[in-house]
This record gives sequence, structure tokens and C-alpha cells, in this order.
Amino acid sequence: MSDRIHSTAAELAEALAAGSVTSVDLTQAHLDRIAAVDGDVHAYLHVDAEGALEQAVASDERRAAGTPLHALDGVPIAVKDVLATAGLPTTCGSKILEGWIPPYDATVVARLKAAGLPILGKTNMDEFAMGSSTEHSAYGPTRNPWDLDRIPGGSGGGSAAAVAAHMAPLALGTDTGGSIRQPGAVTGTVGVKPTYGGVSRYGLVALANSLDQVGPVTRTVLDSALLHELIGGHDPRDSTSIDQPLPGLVAAARQGAAGDLAGVRVGVITELAGDGWQPGVMARFEESLELLVKAGAEVVEVSCPHFVHALAAYYLILPAEASSNLAKFDAMRYGLRVMPQGIDSPSAEEVMRATREAGFGDEVKRRIVLGTYALSSGYYDAYYGQAQKVRTLIGRDFAAAFEQVDVLVSPTAPTTAFKLGEKLDDPIAMYLNDLATIPANLAGVPGVSVPSGLADEDALPAGFQVLAPALADERVYRVGAALETALTEKWGGPLLAQAPSLESTQNGALA
Amino acid sequence: MPEKSPEITREELAHLATLARIDLTDAELDHLAPQLSVILESVASISGVAGDDVPPTSHPVPLTNVFRDDVVEPGLTAEQALAMAPDAEQQRFAVPRILGDEQ
Repeated sequence: MSDRIHSTAAELAEALAAGSVTSVDLTQAHLDRIAAVDGDVHAYLHVDAEGALEQAVASDERRAAGTPLHALDGVPIAVKDVLATAGLPTTCGSKILEGWIPPYDATVVARLKAAGLPILGKTNMDEFAMGSSTEHSAYGPTRNPWDLDRIPGGSGGGSAAAVAAHMAPLALGTDTGGSIRQPGAVTGTVGVKPTYGGVSRYGLVALANSLDQVGPVTRTVLDSALLHELIGGHDPRDSTSIDQPLPGLVAAARQGAAGDLAGVRVGVITELAGDGWQPGVMARFEESLELLVKAGAEVVEVSCPHFVHALAAYYLILPAEASSNLAKFDAMRYGLRVMPQGIDSPSAEEVMRATREAGFGDEVKRRIVLGTYALSSGYYDAYYGQAQKVRTLIGRDFAAAFEQVDVLVSPTAPTTAFKLGEKLDDPIAMYLNDLATIPANLAGVPGVSVPSGLADEDALPAGFQVLAPALADERVYRVGAALETALTEKWGGPLLAQAPSLESTQNGALA
Repeated sequence: MPEKSPEITREELAHLATLARIDLTDAELDHLAPQLSVILESVASISGVAGDDVPPTSHPVPLTNVFRDDVVEPGLTAEQALAMAPDAEQQRFAVPRILGDEQ
């Protein structure tokens, strides 16, 4: 193990098992790193030093007694602030939930606790996961550890930045249209959106129920597989949870890392390239394809003709579902309650309107209004109804493509990280960041983003996306790990080793 | 299908905001109305993509109703449920009046 904060979660688990490090040491090293660099990065909305150290002490006691709960028992983790954590604030990046402490745990959080992973804190995000830059957080943006003037992606920029800046070895994210994969791409980290229904959504504050999925945010493909196996699998509390065992994800990641992709058919999606795609992002993508060919994969081009309509379908379906979901923030049972000015004895409706005006940010208001419009009578068939039909066509494109190939690939995002503020007031420019990630959410298929290198123009990270058929998550791990191994060999170490250290004195080195 | 290029006027936005139970200030109405029109224009391309023969998809995986055994499971206590309420009284959520003067 090189050191406490730069090691992978798999390495930390081995060191804990070997007794060469304690969970208290590890947890403290990450808390120290947070104290040293999160003032600049702002990946965390809430840090629970006391709780994390208590959990670490308990973990060390279990190790000493020879009764660890899981291989990752004692490895600390960060949790996106959209997942309910009993006793810890859960704000979804919104003023409307400021200070809200849920009385229950999300199933994925309960599984982390049952496996003994100390929870370091809650990570920043675009308000209610609406955004691609984390700038829509009511608590201020997260900054990209590669360049503090740039966005870390979104909505899960906090989780990605925490992992990229070595403030956590593992994090949980959620992906509705790319909110795990796109931050992964622009921060040089790994993120996986599992098959829809593969990981429980119970306790995830819903943005769009038919699109949302919880998944791992890590620095390596193997770490994602370890975390995915821990949080995934059937949950009776989520009616869309798939009632069958997960495929062997860790085994697939290890198989891929061995480097042999002989017989694997890889399809390059024709529609996810061309004008508007940054040349440096495309160059790293082409190089990655060559490495897959070298590993024995057969690469062909596959057309998915309806993907060009995915963005439009998504920005009708998502606001429609979101406007309905967010109706629960009515100032009655939890969250903010604002009394309207100048009204004696206001009605519940007037209080609700004043509260939502004060508690929601611009992007949330935009999407709620858009969803209300798309669902209103006279427009429903033209917009929401059409979008649902296009969703069918996109699912058919995937089905046809997966008859020809085992996995589909594309760059994860069209560009590298842009400057903070650049697209904040231009919703369409912001939405285009999710062009390549959205089709997977519409069809429910799994996908991974793996770092593909630094773009020549700006020396910022780009991502390589691998998509597989629903329930075949093991394929994204196998191909993702094979690419990661080949690239890491080429670079002579992980991509993140080239990122700025963010502080002059390095914390966490083992004495 | 609406024939002309779709647009959300300031007045329509005010109406939609009322339906969505959000007060919008004059400045917000001015700011958001043109943005929403641009968004709507860009998603309007979806009309005509799918023919009448294409069935809609609401969920990526087929949904089936799920039942659990009819046994009591632990739930939240009243204290837990009310702990984060803006206002509570006699173990209940206390809310503003729900009826208008005319009612």
C-alpha cells in the first residue's frame, strides 16, 4: 500500500485485513485531507468527523476480534446528499431542505452501515440533482480538483471531486441522465450507472423515478465493482428493484484487468461524435479504441438513429416526473415553511407558494414549470406522449445494436470541464453535456465512465463510456477494467497522479 | 400538434407557476419566460419522430405489482415523523388554514 489517501479501496481493504493499518488511521487521514483541501474544493456539504471515527473504532474492534462484516469493513466512504442518512443532514443541495435530518436510512446507506464502512459526510450536488456542473447547489459550487476555476461536472460533482481530490476512497452517487458518469469524465475518476432496478432507490430523494439509479463513484473500476456488489441486489422496499442476484462484477473487473478481450464485440455509436465534440476528447477516445483492439476486441461502428432525439425526450420526461415528485415540498410536513409577506392568516396554498419561491433555485423552478406545461391538457400528447414513444424507439435502437455487439462505446461527455459560470444561465448549453449519457437512462441499461486521458487543448481529463444490455453490468466492468489497465500501463500510473496536489504539504503518507 | 413555434409567454408562465404553486417575482417572470421558450423550442423537434404505431414507454423495465406479506413491520414513531415538521401540535402536523374565506 503506497499511502493512506492515495491507495485504492481494494488496497485499503487488503491492508486492513493484513493489520498494517487501522480504520481509525484511514478515517483520520481522510478527515485531515478534507480539512486541508476542502476549503478550496467544497466537495462536502457536511462532514461527520465524530460519527466516522466512532464507526472506525467499532470496525477496528471487529477486526481485532476476527469478525469483520465485509471486505470493505473500515474503509471510509462519502455519500451524495440526495440519499437519506439517519442522524445526518440531507439537503439535496436545496434551501428547502436546509437542516433536514431524516428519521431513516436509504437502503444503500443501511447496507454501507451493515458492512461497517465509516461515513465521512455528505457531498455537494446540483439542487435536487438538476444540473451538470454542481453550480445549481444552493450552498455554492464544488470546484474541479484539476483546475479550481472549472466545474467538476454534475449533478454529483461533490462525490466525484471528493474521490478525485483523495478526500474519500469511495463515494455514492446517483445518475438520472449522467450525474455519475459525466462528473467521472471531467474529474478523471470512475463512475458506474447500474442497470435500472439493480440498486435500491429506497431513501433516494427522487428526481425522476423512471430514470434515477444509485451507483459507485471511485478511482478504479475494481473499486466500483466492490462497492456495486455491496449496495446492489434486491430490496423489497423498492417496487422496481430486480428480484434476482447481481452478476459477478468483481470477478468481471478482475478478468478485464488481466487484459484479454478476445471475442468481445465493441460497437462505436455513430451518432455520438461529430460537430461540437472537442478534438482532444475524440483523440483520447480513438486511442482508447486502439487499445481495445490490441487487447483482442473486435471494434465496429453501430448506428443508433434515434439517439439524436434522446436529449429532447429526456428534457420532457424528466421535468414531467420532477414536477410531480417535487410537489411533496409543500411546507407542511418537513423542510422550509415561509409565511408570505403582507397577508394576515395566509392559507396553506399561499404558504406553499411563498415557500417554494424562497426555497427553490432557478433551475428547479425552470424544470417544474416545464414539467407542468408538458403535462397540461392540450400539450400532453404533443410533448410527454411523444417523448414516451421516442423512449420506446431508443430502447429498440439499443436492442438492435446489442444483437450485433456485446457493448457500445462513446466519449462520456462532449467536452472537458468548462469554466464556472460559463453556462450557468444558458440551460440548453448546460443540457448538451449529457448528450452521450442520457440514452442509457432512458433505456435502463448500465454504463461506466473510465478516464481516457487528458485532452491536448487544455490538459483536462476526458472520459470513455461503455454501455451494456440491461442486467449485463458485468460487461461494462470487464471492458472498463481492460481499458483502465492498458491506459494505466501507458501512463506509467493512474491519471490522477498527474493532477495538482492542492496543498504544499502532503497528508496521509505512512511513516 | 401546436403548429407555430412553441412559446411560453410571461402570462402563461405566471399561470403555470400558479398551477405549480410557486410565486414568481416580476424579475423572475422576465428572466425565465424567454429561457423556457428556448428550451421548449429545442425539445419541440420531438414531434413527428414516432408514428401512431409506436407504443409509449413509461419505465425502462416492465413493472409488475409487488405485494408483501400482510404482517406488521416497525415504522416511524409519531415523535420521529414529527421531529422535522415546521410546526406540530398534539402529535399532529400543524398547518395553515386550508379553506379560503369564500369557502
